[in-house]
Amino acid sequence: MTGSLHLWLIPLVPFAGFLVNGLIGRKLPKAFATAIALIATLIPFLHVARIWFQFPSLTVPYVENLGTWIWTGSFHADFALQLDQLTMIMLLVVTGVGFLIHIYSVGYMAHEEGYWRFFAYLNLFMFFMLTLVLSENFLLMFVGWEGVGLASYLLIGFYFLRDSAAKAGIKAFVVNRIGDFGFLIALFLLIAHFGTLSYSGVFSQIAQHPEWQGGVLTAIALFLLLGATGKSAQIPLYVWLPDAMEGPTPVSALIHAATMVTAGVYMVSRTHIIFDRSPFALSMVAIIGAATCFFAATMGLVQTDIKRVLAYSTVSQLGYMFLACGVAAYSSAIFHLVTHAFFKALLFLAAGSVIHALGGQQDMRVMGGLRKKIPITFWTMTAAVFAICGFPPFAGFFSKDDILYQAFISGSLGKVLWFVGWVTAGLTSVYMFRLWYLTFLGESRAESHELAEHGAAVHARPDSKQVIEGEHPHSVHESPWVMLGPLVVLAILATIGGFIGVPAAMGGHDEIGHFLDPVLGSGAHAPGGESPGLELGLSASAVLIGLLGLLVVHILYKVKPELPGKLATQFRALYALLLNKYWVDQIYGALIVTPLLLISRHLLKGLIDRGVIDGAGFAAGATAQGFGAIVQRLQSGNIRSYAGWLALGAAVLLIVSYFGFTAHF
Amino acid sequence: MVPTSYYLILSAILFTIGVAAFLIKRNIITVFMSIELMLNAVNLSFVAFAHQWHQVSGQIFVFFVMVVAAAEAAVGLAIIIAIFRTRNTLNVDEIDLMKL
Repeated sequence: MTGSLHLWLIPLVPFAGFLVNGLIGRKLPKAFATAIALIATLIPFLHVARIWFQFPSLTVPYVENLGTWIWTGSFHADFALQLDQLTMIMLLVVTGVGFLIHIYSVGYMAHEEGYWRFFAYLNLFMFFMLTLVLSENFLLMFVGWEGVGLASYLLIGFYFLRDSAAKAGIKAFVVNRIGDFGFLIALFLLIAHFGTLSYSGVFSQIAQHPEWQGGVLTAIALFLLLGATGKSAQIPLYVWLPDAMEGPTPVSALIHAATMVTAGVYMVSRTHIIFDRSPFALSMVAIIGAATCFFAATMGLVQTDIKRVLAYSTVSQLGYMFLACGVAAYSSAIFHLVTHAFFKALLFLAAGSVIHALGGQQDMRVMGGLRKKIPITFWTMTAAVFAICGFPPFAGFFSKDDILYQAFISGSLGKVLWFVGWVTAGLTSVYMFRLWYLTFLGESRAESHELAEHGAAVHARPDSKQVIEGEHPHSVHESPWVMLGPLVVLAILATIGGFIGVPAAMGGHDEIGHFLDPVLGSGAHAPGGESPGLELGLSASAVLIGLLGLLVVHILYKVKPELPGKLATQFRALYALLLNKYWVDQIYGALIVTPLLLISRHLLKGLIDRGVIDGAGFAAGATAQGFGAIVQRLQSGNIRSYAGWLALGAAVLLIVSYFGFTAHF
Repeated sequence: MVPTSYYLILSAILFTIGVAAFLIKRNIITVFMSIELMLNAVNLSFVAFAHQWHQVSGQIFVFFVMVVAAAEAAVGLAIIIAIFRTRNTLNVDEIDLMKL
């Protein structure tokens, strides 16, 4: 133990940044607001880096108790922060990627209104996200959990003057509330059955009772899972994430790709001791993960908005992480979380750079031929595309193959899960290379605007930047270095990031897996023995389907560019199904939102609110008024009538007291 | 020796006359006089009891009542004059500004 680590600094410095920029940022010079926001994220990053270098000498889990929060009867909750291997990885990702995205935002948001407000929200997000990963009990985690939801809402609705952005923010918030409800119920169950919310308290009680299987633990796990599906955009609550792309692109990169949406994966991994005791809940996690991963990928195939493709891709990749959690390969999930944070943040930031270059254009159908015009963006984006498609030696190759291998060897359901994941790997390759071809290769289609019109129900949602700059091809320009710098750093990470977890079968040592073992158990290394041959074979097959995807895209968009249109008309029904995202939004609207609105409007507002609650108030008022109308006749203003009442009252008192007196004796 | 009850009966009669006059009379000065009558009826019973129980406090009380009554008469007459000046009447039934 080397003295206090001052973990509290990590979340509170960004919070201080939020307070400064949020309260007086409007009046500060732009450079000053920028400096505050950057320093408020740089300090936690440096602090985390320092802790990382002294990590081997620490006794973990290291707990820092900042004081009692709630102490009532037998229940007790502290402001307690905890550092262990899992938290360490999350801290590095959140502060590292977060800091890079802050730098990028300086360039991206340079000409935006409410610059200070944007950075205040970003810092607020960092505060809550770091609280979430640092907390030592479920309650503090819940605070961070709610807080990142709030920050997400504020940032999605950043362009709140645009109706669609405001609505997307509300949608994200409301859908997340459903998940939070599940989380909250899980907390209540935990208090009821364990009497505590601290990780160590709950987990040690479970460890002492090996006979506890299923039952309440299944219920807790399923409610936690509901919470995780909300935050991490899994079926059935994934619908908010694609709409969340209304926010500025750095927000999509930071919150809706790299960090916040992975909170669900973090939470499942953190509470894996509960999930491990409930095979049913665990298989639900795996099924939800696999289903989300596949369906989101199919929806991503036909999107035309560059950010929406990435949004569905995020949902799909999060599905992979859930799939890994579901087969108890938690360290694989965290490994993919880390590499995904690198390459997905990079994809979004590069997409942002493209949008920036085109002056706000997000529709891929009018892009094309940008390779020569914005070469650095092109090359960094290429690294990210190869990483997400899982080509060696890019980061995604190791993490995705780890997940697929763990799924394959995980028992009866495993083969099915592996197959879904494997097919999805192919789909991933198709939609990512489609994006790559449409954006960077071929000829510029910026002139052929009619293309943008005859897409059926697709709405290009231009950033507000469009107003500022024109969209003529000659104005296409590479982004400033303040934006390209983070891209290059992330591109390097996306390229080599996978080497932190090279599996033994490929001559590596799976450092990240062994690093996480003390927290996540050895569940990742499933029984039945490792089979290097099988793992290599599976990897090869995954790369093959990735290459197949590339080949398909090459034929469709390079060799025969007229083919996609033909296919779309030939398989009209399927195309419409995908284009309209399986009509899930409409189904939810018809089944849940509309009835809810009707009930609220007529039953709750009309009957309960207007009838019962207002009615009770009105009735009380009317009663008092009526009574007053009667007794006000006493106030005649006539002195003699007052005197008469007085005399009458005195007489009555006299009589009562006299007869009462005698009756008493 | 006159029994105490005689004094009390006289006091009750005087008080009742005062109340009746207060209720019946319309002239504000008569009303005022009937209040004085009630006060003095009470004074009489105070003195009678003080005599019966050989307690001096009853008599002291009477002095206090007299002082207060004198002050009340001074203020009351001033109010009556003010009312007469502004409203030109002494009929209490016409002085009903306190009516809602």
